[in-house]
Amino acid sequence: MPYKLLIVDDSKLARMSAAKALKTLYPDWTRLEASNADEALSLAKETPFDVALLDFNMPGRDGLQLAADLLALRPSTPLAVVSANHQEEIVGRARDIGAVFLSKPLSEQAFGAFLQDAVRRLELGNA
Amino acid sequence: MTSTPSDLLTELQLDALTELVNIGVSRAASSLREMVGAQVHLSVPTVTLESRAQAIAILAEREISNLVAVHQVFEGDITGRALLIFPETKSLELVRAITGGDLPLEDIIELEQEALAETGNILLNSCLATIANMLQRSLKMSLPEVLRGSAATFFSLAPPPHAGDVVMFLFINFAVRERDISGYIAMIMDLPSLTALKHLLDEFIERATGEATQPHNDLA
Repeated sequence: MPYKLLIVDDSKLARMSAAKALKTLYPDWTRLEASNADEALSLAKETPFDVALLDFNMPGRDGLQLAADLLALRPSTPLAVVSANHQEEIVGRARDIGAVFLSKPLSEQAFGAFLQDAVRRLELGNA
Repeated sequence: MTSTPSDLLTELQLDALTELVNIGVSRAASSLREMVGAQVHLSVPTVTLESRAQAIAILAEREISNLVAVHQVFEGDITGRALLIFPETKSLELVRAITGGDLPLEDIIELEQEALAETGNILLNSCLATIANMLQRSLKMSLPEVLRGSAATFFSLAPPPHAGDVVMFLFINFAVRERDISGYIAMIMDLPSLTALKHLLDEFIERATGEATQPHNDLA
């Protein structure tokens, strides 16, 4: 079944690029976009979504803080935090929160693997 | 026709450039973390385009003290100079952060030049290499050189720059071991290089976005 992906990135280009990959991988999915954590959180409170892709390095609160807030709102939502900054503290924090860490620039292959796993988790949850 | 440098790139071109720089700086943070053995915190870089005169004025206004810069020349489809600049007062602080802080002052002073060159080399190479790779071009980079002086000296290095030269100005904060060190990365290029950069950014945007449809909320 088609799901809804929340994309949060301060770069419009990065959001467009993720949207393009989503269109290739899951053409029937819909998406929501936000350019910072506050906007994403208020959007998430109004509109349900199933999976989220969050940039780490954003002005204001970072993607890991946002991930924790989103999980408090909707526990067990599949989340990925994306960054070129793969310092072990950041990768470790993502793992501790329960988010997947993906390297930037986002490859379609890594994104696809994350989405595939997310679908599996969502279907298990719905069963 | 006169135009200010900030008009030379479209909003999306500037967004794409900022994203490339962000990726480059983030990768540099990972490399610096390996070197320092402690987490390196970075702010989100802001990128602006300024004329040489504006860039000199901005630095003169924000930083009263003498400045230190690590300087590298890059050559290829885009040619210019890249500089990592910070106040001289922060330079020993940076060396202490990198060496762990338990060295005597004379050793730190002795290591300063080398530590600055190495840090500059990591940050500048990471930004330039990311930009080059993602734009699918190669850039040749010179060895790092440490300079001391003012913005006017750094932005007027020989061969003499042209009046129309543009400075791509990036401001980043980085902190290591609770030491707050802020610096600037500046890339100076001439108008033909900026024109080449615009074309490469357009190609990159095309590859990255294809033809994506608008999202379901109104954020465009």
